[in-house]
Order: sequence, then C-alpha cells, then structure tokens
Amino acid sequence: MPVLQINGKPQQIPPNITVENLIATLHLEGKRFAIELNGEIVPKNRHAATALSEGDKLEVVIAVGGG
Amino acid sequence: MSAPEKVPDTLLIAGKRYASRLLVGTGKYRDFAETRAAIDASGAQIVTVAIRRVNIGQNANEPNLLDSLPPSQFTILPNTAGCYNAKDAVRTLRLARELLDGRVLVKLEVLADEATLFPNMPETLVAAKELVADGFEVMVYCSDDPIQAKALEEIGCVAVMPLASLIGSGMGILNPWNLEIILDRAKVPVLVDAGIGTASDAAIAMELGCDGVLMNTAIAKAKNPVLMASAMKKAVEAGREAFLAGRMPKKIYQASPSSPTEGKIS
Repeated sequence: MPVLQINGKPQQIPPNITVENLIATLHLEGKRFAIELNGEIVPKNRHAATALSEGDKLEVVIAVGGG
Repeated sequence: MSAPEKVPDTLLIAGKRYASRLLVGTGKYRDFAETRAAIDASGAQIVTVAIRRVNIGQNANEPNLLDSLPPSQFTILPNTAGCYNAKDAVRTLRLARELLDGRVLVKLEVLADEATLFPNMPETLVAAKELVADGFEVMVYCSDDPIQAKALEEIGCVAVMPLASLIGSGMGILNPWNLEIILDRAKVPVLVDAGIGTASDAAIAMELGCDGVLMNTAIAKAKNPVLMASAMKKAVEAGREAFLAGRMPKKIYQASPSSPTEGKIS
C-alpha cells in the first residue's frame, strides 16, 4: 500500500485511489477545503481525475477562526 | 426645516460597498455559537479567517467555522496569520482562493517576529506584488510607516491596514500622528488593524479619519464578547459621525462659556 505525506504525517492509502476517493475517507465530502498536491493546488474539478501515488505530499486545509 | 437628506456613508473596498466599517476576526472565541453571536452583534460584514491543515482523522461531524459563517452571508477575508515570509503567505492565499471558490479579496500579513508579531515589511512588499499580479485584491497589514503604506498602495493593494499597537495587545492607538500622515497621503482605504482594546480606541481611530477598523481580541477576550461587539459597533459609528461632523477647534489656554454672558442677575 502506498504511503503519502498527508499534512506532514505519513499515511498509508489503498492503491489506485484519486484525490476524490481520499476526501471521502477523510469525511470531508461537502465541506469547504482546499487541496495542494506536491506544492500545486488541485482545483475541485480535478479531484476525480487526480491519482495519488507513493511519496506524494498532500496538504488539506480548511478555514479556522483567526484575526 | 426638513431633515437633511440621508446620504449613505459606505466603506468602498475593491469596488464593493459595505455598510459596516467594523471588520472582525473569528479567533479566540469559546465556540462557533459565541463567534456567530458576537459577529451578529458587531454588525460586521467582512470577517477574517485563518487557513490551517485539517485535523486528519477528525470526527466527521466536527463543526466547521464556515457552517456558522456562510460565505453567502459574510465576506470571508482569509488571512496569512502565522506566515513569516512572502512564499508561505502567497501559498496560503492561493489555497484560500481555491477554498472560497475563486474569491480574491484577502488579508495579507507577513510577520517578522513571534514576540511582537510586528509586520515584516520587506517580505510583505514582495508578497503584495506577487498577489496583485496574480489577480488578488489585497488588504494589507502593515507598520504605521507612511512610506511603507504608500509603497503598498502603489503596488496596487486595495486597502492598507496599519497596526494601532501590537496584535492582541489591546494597547490602543500608540501613534495617532503616524496614522494621520498615512491618512493624509493615502488614496486607498486605511483601516486600523490590531491593537484596539476597547470602544474608545475604535472611536479614536474613526475620528482620525480611518475608513474602518479591524479587530479580534478586543471582542473575543472581553468578559462579555457579545456586549463588547455591540459597543464596538456603536464606537465605530460614533467615531465616523464625529469625523464627518468635524470636531470643534481645540482651545488650549482659553475657556469659552456655553451659557450666555448677558442677563446675569448679579
């Protein structure tokens, strides 16, 4: 099973999954978030078409309280 | 005499008009219910948020800030709090733009030092240039230095936001003279950002001629945040009206009676 860095932490994921699949496993469907893969933003309309593979660095961010 | 015609006095930022001149942050509240109640009491239309990594493995039903503050009801202003260089700030705001469906109004703040959270002006200028070139509408936290504020305006920032005093310090407006120089020269809105402690500080900022005030801790860390939010709303409105009314001249050494000097009984 491939290992990704998700938000700075190593995480095993099932093989052959896309950003969209991963979002479902993280319970983020329908929420507001943004994804960066290896330093590049993955727009919402590309989530289903973007495959994840070993060593990818993924950032998943949301809006939180702040000034 | 007929009542004077009421001309709506609005804050114009990047071509959009806002009835409220009070902008508020969403940090440091007990929970999202208190955040929302305070923001409603403040009357603010523009609210700042931070962008952070989601807690992986969090409860699927964990509440989300933007469920309490829907972007359909508020102008969400993502910030770059916690960024200490231009690269991180630009990266953060590109993620924010994606998160907010392409909205480009942002608050840029590049910090220099963890103890003071003073702005890092060289990095702020670099980030501002890059963001403006990328189509962002940049409201920018800056030092109360008129030269730097002007440079940010010339880069194309849509508002400059000098600090009144250190972020979260509640020390009020430490250098009204510098703010006045910035106000005198600026062609874009000037908002005081950071350092407001209580209602009179906000009123003073508005009396000086600031176009608006942005605050977070003064409301969130008041004993009663909702009541303080209401006080801030009134202070900003009162300060604005006093500025528009034009204060009387100060007479330092000469009193002037308010009652008639004629017709006294003795």
